Amino acid sequence: MNRYPLWKYVTILVALLVAGLYALPNFFGETPAVQVSAAKASVRLDPAAVSKVEAALQAAGLPANTVSLSGTSIRARFADTDTQLKAKDAIQRALNPEGADPAYVVALNLLSRSPAWLSGLHASPMYLGLDLRGGVHFMLQVDMQAALTKKAESLAGDIRTILREKTVRYSGIGRNGQSIEVRFSDKAEMAKTQRILTEQFPDLTAIESTDGAGFKLVATIKPVSARTVQDQALKQNITTLHNRINELGVAEPVIQQQGLDRIVVQLPGVQDTAKAKDILGRTATLEIRMVDEGSEARAAETGGGPVPFGSERYLARDGRTVIVKKQVILTGDNLNDAQSGFDSQTQEPTVNLSLDAKGARIFRDVTRENINKRMAILLFEKGKGEVVTDPVIRSEIGGGRVQISGSMTAMEAADTALLLRAGSLAAPMEIIEERTIGPSLGAENIAKGFNSVTWGFVAVAIFMCAYYMLFGVISSVALAFNLLLLVAVLSMLQATLTLPGMAAMALVLGMAIDANVLINERVREELRNGASPQAAIHAGYDRAWATIIDSNVTTLIAGLALLTFGSGPVRGFAVVHCLGIMTSMFSGVFFSRGVVNLWYGRQKKLKTVSIGTVWRPDAGHQVTTN
Amino acid sequence: MEFFKIRRDIPFMRHAVVFNIISLVTFLAAVFFLFSRGLHLSVEFTGGTLMEVNYAQPADLNAVRARVASLGLNEVQVQNFGSARDVLIRMPVQKGTTSGQQTERVMASLKEADASANLRRSEFVGPQVGDELATDGLKALAFVVVGIMLYLAIRFEWKYAVAAIIANLHDVIIILGFFAFFGWEFSLPVLAAVLAVLGYSVNESVVIFDRIRENFRRYRKMNTQEIIDNAITSTISRTVITHGSTQIMVLSMLLFGGETLHYFALALTIGILFGIYSSVFVAAAIAMWLGIRREDLIKGGVKKEDDPSDPNAGATV
Repeated sequence: MNRYPLWKYVTILVALLVAGLYALPNFFGETPAVQVSAAKASVRLDPAAVSKVEAALQAAGLPANTVSLSGTSIRARFADTDTQLKAKDAIQRALNPEGADPAYVVALNLLSRSPAWLSGLHASPMYLGLDLRGGVHFMLQVDMQAALTKKAESLAGDIRTILREKTVRYSGIGRNGQSIEVRFSDKAEMAKTQRILTEQFPDLTAIESTDGAGFKLVATIKPVSARTVQDQALKQNITTLHNRINELGVAEPVIQQQGLDRIVVQLPGVQDTAKAKDILGRTATLEIRMVDEGSEARAAETGGGPVPFGSERYLARDGRTVIVKKQVILTGDNLNDAQSGFDSQTQEPTVNLSLDAKGARIFRDVTRENINKRMAILLFEKGKGEVVTDPVIRSEIGGGRVQISGSMTAMEAADTALLLRAGSLAAPMEIIEERTIGPSLGAENIAKGFNSVTWGFVAVAIFMCAYYMLFGVISSVALAFNLLLLVAVLSMLQATLTLPGMAAMALVLGMAIDANVLINERVREELRNGASPQAAIHAGYDRAWATIIDSNVTTLIAGLALLTFGSGPVRGFAVVHCLGIMTSMFSGVFFSRGVVNLWYGRQKKLKTVSIGTVWRPDAGHQVTTN
Repeated sequence: MEFFKIRRDIPFMRHAVVFNIISLVTFLAAVFFLFSRGLHLSVEFTGGTLMEVNYAQPADLNAVRARVASLGLNEVQVQNFGSARDVLIRMPVQKGTTSGQQTERVMASLKEADASANLRRSEFVGPQVGDELATDGLKALAFVVVGIMLYLAIRFEWKYAVAAIIANLHDVIIILGFFAFFGWEFSLPVLAAVLAVLGYSVNESVVIFDRIRENFRRYRKMNTQEIIDNAITSTISRTVITHGSTQIMVLSMLLFGGETLHYFALALTIGILFGIYSSVFVAAAIAMWLGIRREDLIKGGVKKEDDPSDPNAGATV
């Protein structure tokens, strides 16, 4: 009666093998490495880049254990952290010769030491949370109202332009909060405008009303369009953050949208948290100024004289010197969007800027007055300015749509557009949660979590073995198997392990032993009531099963609640808790029964079971130990 | 080894009234302290900044306090954390400055006084997040309560569900009462511990209820009180050993887990101890007073349809 069919043993064996395999990478430890990834979409990592890295290391006399291209990054592993640090500098110098605008992100990382065949099976160690490996966590709240206001502002400008084009007589137009008000003295004009709006501005709904003696059309952004605006603002802010973080050289940054208006940024292993904060909080600004075309300035441009009063010297992206007037015409605040494209006539790559109403007006006036002069678009980051482009103005540019073209490849156009767009944020952000964990604290937390689990496990195992003898040993083995399964599942899912997660691991082991205690107590009880050993084992497992299910379901309900409503540390706890409960059902019942069956099941004339003292009240101390 | 050599069923239910009065008094005390003292909520809930600073030598808290106060920051708490060399600084949300500036200013000032000062960890939570966490916590609690009640009502009967939830919610209140009384910090991990304990101690009630159901089927002659006494007596060894094992794990966390897991483990310890008490003495008694009967469970759609007079009926519940 206590026999398992072959398939059950096979299941156990397979589970054991798979769990062992996937838990294995956790035991290899980590090796210091330098990770190179592309900073721009246009940069490809190919074998040529790998040989570049190899050459750089050879030149610096820094032997790498391996240099490999895997997925989206090149990884060079080193024997110690000292070599790693030097190698990072060497690679950085070789790949990014110019300081500004790096093509590659060179970052320090710790990589698993597990052999290649394990990585080939996608077996990787558990993903450690920030509290275990140190780093910075930010939660940023995007000010969506500001994004909508900005959109309304730009739409107001567009409406003004269109109405002028169509010669509609209106008495005034302006933004009021997030709605646009157009005032008329003539009702027919209002109706005409209403038609234009429905045709050309699908994002708006307009309501007609009277305004004193005149008429008023109040246009608001449709809820659907508002969502799109907010989505775009969030995406753009994420792009901006990506670009900024690339500069930091973080190996595995996490930048995620959370909820409708929040962004979570996690930078594992970042030691210089102040710098990280500085870079994240930075606002790149765009400025449009005129190039100083005086003879003095021309001389200074070629390096033959001092910079004239009222002007400044900046470097262009191709290394030229440009002398620019100090007076600022426009800033990035007036820029709504920047996209790359092609000129419809010359097929030249272009960058298309769209300015808001105020910007468009200023831009039109300035271009009208400065035909055939050069205009410079500057980007300021970290207080350092750079001339993105300095085109010659050919004609008056109205309507707030600016096309920059000339001597650009399509790639450069895309880059410039990205830089202009991503250089500034679509909507202001505020840090609403921030956590910094020093690297030493992370290592300590690992040790604390590990010690809690280990010593707790050892103590429970010793007690179980002493109290239940062989059944206790089997229970302990089942518990160890549960731990193995849990580690394997966590590694497979690449769920983030945090310190509360490790606490959950310890707790779940304490709870998982419940199943075995229930079973063992039941078996003892059956023996006490005079059942034969085989029957007692059978009945013990069978009757305990229902109780185990019930009790685990209630625990699981609590775990699921934590998973659903929890955030941060609670979620880390809940993931491990829920997974642990599920693995414990397999190990505590199915697996331990298998071992018991293997041990006792084949003995037809089983006289005694090694389950510790089976005390009978009537017979005093009757002992049935082995 | 056998710790539990019990010859006769222990008449737990005879003293049910006394146990429940003890329970009620503890519960009321907990509620009283919760209201009079309130919970010492962590930065996660209240919003604010928290910094853990490590020094090479034992730190002079007064000097640190004076330093921070000189920066014009109000209501700053400074205390040791774990060891004399670690200092924990808590600051409420200050208007007009971002968290980053605040931590940097404090760190710069502390470094000036003692170059060995080293920022181990900092945490900033905006006020809007704190409110959300509180509501999410309450939602989670409601989810657990409703979920468990539904499950027990389906698996057993509503009377059991009510009894289990009353017994175990009072555990939760008592844990909170302890935190209020001693002024221990109530943080997110503690909240997780409280909810985990709720699920875990319902476990305990479930085990006993399972036995009660089994006994109802097996012992046709016993009355409800005898059946409950027998159920508790026959599961008491398992109750104590299971909780003992879990407590060993929690103790290990308390000893090795450091300051971060300290209150987490403490909440679990209180939860486990009161979990036993409430399951054994309170839940079963409430179920008894709610009038659980043999007939409720037998006709209650339990899956076995054997002859109920068969002594082995329902053996594989």
